[in-house]
Amino acid sequence: MKKTMYEKIWDSHLVAEVPGQAPLLYVDRHLMHEVTSPQAFEGLRLARRKVRNPHSILATMDHCVPTKDRDLPIADPIAKKQIETMADNCEENGLNLYDMKNPNNGVIHIVVPEHGFVHPGMVVVCGDSHTATHGAFGALAFGIGTSEVEHVMATQTLPQQKSKTMLIQIDGELSKYASAKDIALAITGKIGTAGGNGHVIEYAGSAITNLSMEGRMTLCNMAIEAGARAGLVAPDEKTYAYLKGREFAPSGENWDKALAYWKSLPSDAGATFDTVVTLNAADIEPQVTWGTSPEQVTGITSIVPAPEDFDDAIKQQACANALDYMGLTAHTKITDIPVDLIFIGSCTNGRIEDFRIAAEVTQGTKVADKVTAIAVPGSYHVKKQAEDEGLDKIFIDAGWEWRDPGCSMCLAMNGDELTVGQRSASTSNRNFEGRQGKGGRTHLVSPAMAAAAATAGHFVDIRNL
Amino acid sequence: MQAYTKHESIAALMNRSNVDTDQIIPKQFLKKVERTGFGKQLFHDWRFNDDGSDNAEFELNKPAFKGAKILVAGDNFGCGSSREHAPWAIADYGFNTITSTSYADIFYNNCFKNSILPIIATKAQLASLMDEIAANEGVKFIVDLENQQLTTPAGNGFKFDVDPVRKDNLLKGLDDIGLTLQHTDLIDQYEAKHKQTYPWLWV
Repeated sequence: MKKTMYEKIWDSHLVAEVPGQAPLLYVDRHLMHEVTSPQAFEGLRLARRKVRNPHSILATMDHCVPTKDRDLPIADPIAKKQIETMADNCEENGLNLYDMKNPNNGVIHIVVPEHGFVHPGMVVVCGDSHTATHGAFGALAFGIGTSEVEHVMATQTLPQQKSKTMLIQIDGELSKYASAKDIALAITGKIGTAGGNGHVIEYAGSAITNLSMEGRMTLCNMAIEAGARAGLVAPDEKTYAYLKGREFAPSGENWDKALAYWKSLPSDAGATFDTVVTLNAADIEPQVTWGTSPEQVTGITSIVPAPEDFDDAIKQQACANALDYMGLTAHTKITDIPVDLIFIGSCTNGRIEDFRIAAEVTQGTKVADKVTAIAVPGSYHVKKQAEDEGLDKIFIDAGWEWRDPGCSMCLAMNGDELTVGQRSASTSNRNFEGRQGKGGRTHLVSPAMAAAAATAGHFVDIRNL
Repeated sequence: MQAYTKHESIAALMNRSNVDTDQIIPKQFLKKVERTGFGKQLFHDWRFNDDGSDNAEFELNKPAFKGAKILVAGDNFGCGSSREHAPWAIADYGFNTITSTSYADIFYNNCFKNSILPIIATKAQLASLMDEIAANEGVKFIVDLENQQLTTPAGNGFKFDVDPVRKDNLLKGLDDIGLTLQHTDLIDQYEAKHKQTYPWLWV
């Protein structure tokens, strides 16, 4: 039988199918951060259970960590306790933790690929919905709840229901400055935030294979924003070249064995998917969200819609609510929307490539009056790489703040946040009400678009610069 | 885990779609290391005014919905972040049943780990339930998981589908980890084979 990549990974990880119980799936890698794990460790302790495979876990601190003045104690006592609890839990269980002072520290979904901890064909979980990022390597990677974090620690398995499969086929050439982020937003705009519910997406086509590994990570990262459990890209020469030589990548004889296995993973020609969606890369303009859901998105040359532009009554109401919250008037040109704060960073767009393109757009410019712009590298390694390339100077000379790594303004848990009514151009992944601070107004964009908005003080079509 | 039993309870109406987990429990409350006490912060930014008083405009603050155990909400409930703090907050507030046309996958899974039954209705069924509550705020519905039956005074109830394994676990209040650990021998066998097939993962 012809199989999709998802079916191959599923079949090879099936531990048991006991009648009357959900299929039990083996987990190869378990990623952790401080927010969704403490209650799982507590559960283990109460039940006197142990972590089954400590070597399968890589942990970091990212959500609550300050991105400046890191030498000072964390001011928020509750966040401080959460950080300390993470350190204690990892020490007690013998887990590999990149704490705030560690040179490997950063956002979990940035750090893990940097060290080659995820390989093609693995099942990877984390108490974080953006675990989907690692599908860029052809691994089945998905977010889980804290009860499941505890389950995986105790058993190295998860009871799972098999997902449906969705193929998103994107061929053609992206226009200059259109990026993986724009593809991800365009997909969410097309199928909606519930469009992928119950599915695992496989992204295929020339526009996908042309993406760098960083771009594939950005794309898979936002599979969850389209409702999908996970996103997958078939491994290829770019994947192997990225992994080779990294700390946790196989080496020597094991490299050859692993490579042979990885090459068997792509979906068989003629394998069938439950759902197929196609997009033409050439049609994807730089995207900007205008509302409070990632599906409320449009191209830079477009206008903010009015409720009556939608046929569906629920979407009309959602549009009216979003315009009210966002303080926008229907039919305003996207390029006429002013911005107050620019954020480049997050597990979506906090990689070296993101800072390179943003620096290219920023070079020789100044941040507009009354605009604050912050660049938050996804990890200390990204930060150092950028500094080695002189990118930090470009940002600083233009009036940007150059910070230490963390999730920062993506979800605003660490004190970096918007104030009421403040409007951001953000390279993060969610524009929900209050996501970046109560009353804050978020527009999701690519790093190049964010950088261009910093200079102009409003959104601009970077293709015209 | 608490066993789910048949009950007759007030059904609260939340006529909004795509309610995300950031709204259910905003991020400023995710710093705790315990899993209890999140009910006070459920829907915090909608539920309270800036001075901390109740927002009278917010639907769950209506006196008629006080003590509700059933939440009837619009499409794609629980989208966004994987935070289990969302079902913890919902359960801690007092809800044990949600009815919507669809749920985000991770949220749906998380409900079953916390004695919450997420019922899936058709669009028409959901619309009838919403109309019935709107016309008679404070109305009580009966949820019978054993027979997979929702019953309402105006006759808008229906039989609902639920995965038999999840149903059984909810009814018995079974802990998933305990169930899985009964298969430790199978996990050991799988792992022994895994070490041979993928030796590079065990270096």
